[in-house]
Amino acid sequence: MGAEAAAAGVDETPAVELRGICKSFGPVQANREVDLAVAAGTIHGIVGENGAGKSTLMNILYGFYQPDAGRILVDGRPRRIRSPLDAIRAGIGMVHQHFMLVEPFTVLENLLLGAEGGFTLEAGIARARREIEAIERDYGLEVDLDAVVRDLPVGVQQRVEILKALFRGAHILVLDEPTGVLTPQEADHLFRILENLREQGRTVVLITHKLREIMAVTDHVSVMRGGRMVAHRRTSETSTEELAELMVGRKVLLRVEKGPARPGEPVLEVAGLEVRDDFDVPRVRDVSFTVRAGEILGIAGVAGNGQSELLEALAGIRRPSRGRILLRGRPVEDAARARARRLGHVPEDRLRMGLVRSFTAWENAILGYQRLAGYLRGGFLRRRRMIAGCVDWMERYDVRPRDPFLHAADFSGGNQQKLVLARELEHDPDLLLVGQPTRGVDIGAIEFIHRRLVAMRDAGKAILLVSVELEEVMSLADRILVMFDGRIMGEMAAEEAEERRLGLLMAGVTAEAG
Amino acid sequence: MAARRRLPFWADYLLLPFLNLSLAFLVSGLVVLLLGENPIAAVKLLLYGAFGFGEAVGYTLFYATNFIFTGLAVALAFHAGLFNIGGEGQAALGGLGVALAALWFGHLHPLLAIPLAVVGAALLGGIWGFIPGWLQARRGSHTVITTIMLNFVAASIMTYLLVNVIIKPGQSAPETVTFAENVWLPQLHGLLQPLGIAIGRSPLNLAFPIALLCALLVWIYVWKLRLGYELRVVGRSEPAALYAGISPATHIVLVMTIAGALAGMMALNEVLGAQHRLVLGFTGGYGFVGIAVALMGRNHPLGVVLAALLFGALYQGGAELAFDMPRINRDMIVVIQGLVILFAGALEHMFRPTLEALFVRTRPVPV
Ligand SMILES: Nc1ncnc2c1ncn2[C@@H]1O[C@H](COP(=O)(O)OP(=O)(O)OP(=O)(O)O)[C@@H](O)[C@H]1O
Ligand SMILES: [Mg+2]
Repeated sequence: MGAEAAAAGVDETPAVELRGICKSFGPVQANREVDLAVAAGTIHGIVGENGAGKSTLMNILYGFYQPDAGRILVDGRPRRIRSPLDAIRAGIGMVHQHFMLVEPFTVLENLLLGAEGGFTLEAGIARARREIEAIERDYGLEVDLDAVVRDLPVGVQQRVEILKALFRGAHILVLDEPTGVLTPQEADHLFRILENLREQGRTVVLITHKLREIMAVTDHVSVMRGGRMVAHRRTSETSTEELAELMVGRKVLLRVEKGPARPGEPVLEVAGLEVRDDFDVPRVRDVSFTVRAGEILGIAGVAGNGQSELLEALAGIRRPSRGRILLRGRPVEDAARARARRLGHVPEDRLRMGLVRSFTAWENAILGYQRLAGYLRGGFLRRRRMIAGCVDWMERYDVRPRDPFLHAADFSGGNQQKLVLARELEHDPDLLLVGQPTRGVDIGAIEFIHRRLVAMRDAGKAILLVSVELEEVMSLADRILVMFDGRIMGEMAAEEAEERRLGLLMAGVTAEAG
Repeated sequence: MAARRRLPFWADYLLLPFLNLSLAFLVSGLVVLLLGENPIAAVKLLLYGAFGFGEAVGYTLFYATNFIFTGLAVALAFHAGLFNIGGEGQAALGGLGVALAALWFGHLHPLLAIPLAVVGAALLGGIWGFIPGWLQARRGSHTVITTIMLNFVAASIMTYLLVNVIIKPGQSAPETVTFAENVWLPQLHGLLQPLGIAIGRSPLNLAFPIALLCALLVWIYVWKLRLGYELRVVGRSEPAALYAGISPATHIVLVMTIAGALAGMMALNEVLGAQHRLVLGFTGGYGFVGIAVALMGRNHPLGVVLAALLFGALYQGGAELAFDMPRINRDMIVVIQGLVILFAGALEHMFRPTLEALFVRTRPVPV
């Protein structure tokens, strides 16, 4: 490994060096003898399959976990990092996929948490405000310090997290799948910030499943597989194809192969739909469309334009304030009955909705289907049958580790997603609603999921796909609708869809105006 | 956020409570020492008083029965994410149900009268659980607040009725007439005698096996039934429940009603099994201690039964101790019980981080 690290051009003292890190969770070896050297002033990417151990490694660096073996060196000096506090002291900052902000507080108040400085707040606040504004200017991190965090879009909340880390003196910043929740524009903005950080001599470690992003911003990239570090490359000397192969251990098809659709009967008919959110603000306005058996209808759009509310209404979770939803000709009443009528639903936010974190995998594998006759015997759960089913799906969807008794929270992000997908696809729905099916999933799994979706379509199922990944919508869907501010801006067949036109529609610019 | 390392089952359910308990007793021992008594002797007396002879065991189990009912009432609600502090009021109303049934139907054959009294206890207790459940489900009123308030309402109702309505005529103590013997719950020493099993005379009665049966039923409900599965989903994550087509409102109302019924059944033990008449204040704080019992029992029915046994032993052994050691009076016993509640209930997580760290380090690593 050392030789390879040298080959990757790490000559001066690395900003961070991990040596021989081992970490097991029970029988699962999440990290085995992992070595990693991150050169100061670079952006270093880490890629790997779901469950390869990337998050674990970074959580060790940030002091969340203690390694079973191995050493951590920061700026060449060995460090014992027992808690995030130690990590912060060592100049390491981390931006988690799930933000750790106090929502009702303003940005400034959030930044000050734990760094109030002084007995009364006022003096500290004035000083901090100046300091933070300087950081904002230096790195192009535009955030309104007096805005309340709850009201900010995810992309901006993430900037607050970065700002927080920098304000606490981080010169090494770790980001774990930062773009999973971002729109492409927000992601671009993030990368500009990261490049600024690099220019100012700070070091960035970036975990992502999007090889495109790796190629675009990183200087070096390390590949993990099965808990081991299997390769280091200079980004300029590698390619997405090579990285994909290194990650998965075989050639990966990066395109979706599918024949033309043969649409049949309408399965889902939506007319004049209006849906309001919890604050009674209309988020879906006058939406009408039809999904037929044997086709994939894609809904493209920047996140937060009503897609979530639309999906919830279609699944019977949220009651529409106006309009009609017909599932095979009959109205959808509520979630329980919709499911009984063979509606499957992969929610956008798997952790909040799609899974119960403290339930085991097998308990999660029946969530929503607990009323199915096959799972019950006179009101009693048929536990053994459920576990067997879960094991089977884990096998087929390659959920790792294959332990039906592991709690959902203890699976890696991508494996949680696979668990939800397995459940919803394998209950063989007639209509499948999928939100962000490949969020946080590695490329090997993306290939698999896309193939499964196409196979379902070919088997005559109706699929409604909502994704913020334009590429995903374009390659999977047969027809594409673009949603903006709760309205359908336009429809086009997938063959005639071009990225530029979609992008304009997604930004709310209609054909006539553009 | 990094997920926490879980402890093995036995460490979580046995070792940890044991450590907490040891600490509680250690501190109690210091208190006893300060009072100028020998703590070792005190422990011996306490254990002897709780388990040393047949009668003592009977009393211990008798008290434990109360705690099983009220502990289950808290534990069950907890699985729906609800904090049921209303055990005291629910038990009181259960007593009213028992009394009314006993007064109205006491002349019937025991096989008819007793089940009717059981239904009375469960029904009125259940209503007292249904109300906060309904308020939570439909109006969003927090059960912590409403159950506390309803304890006061229950106390007032009981006082009014026992002073003005169902009081034994020509008497000033707030209690009903003694029920007809038909409806008394048979005491176990009487039941077992014909079988040649001799346990000392104590108020231990049929309510004890009923309590154990309830614990079993709660276990089946929560972990074996579809209803329990849905209930646990509601308790862990409301968005997930809505996603899965589970109505949180329905389950909240249902589980609070059952919890109320369980607490109400405590009256079977005290009223129908021991006192044979309804006495004002018969609940004696058991409803509140039920919270500690549930906490200590990790909201698992088996844990609740074990914790209830412990508290039963403390009640019974404590009484004996107060009798034998003059410097340790009833109030001292309450202090010791308080310490157990403090360490085993409120501070139950004190040792957890250390223990977890220990387990992570010593866990064998397969290669
Ligand atoms: N707290 C935990 N308890 C038990 N197992 C865990 C725990 N955390 C992680 N694991 C296991 O360790 C392995 C590595 O997980 P990790 O989260 O590091 O993967 P990852 O590379 O970040 O994957 P992804 O790309 O899906 O996020 C997985 O098999 C996971 O199930
Ligand atoms: Mg991860």
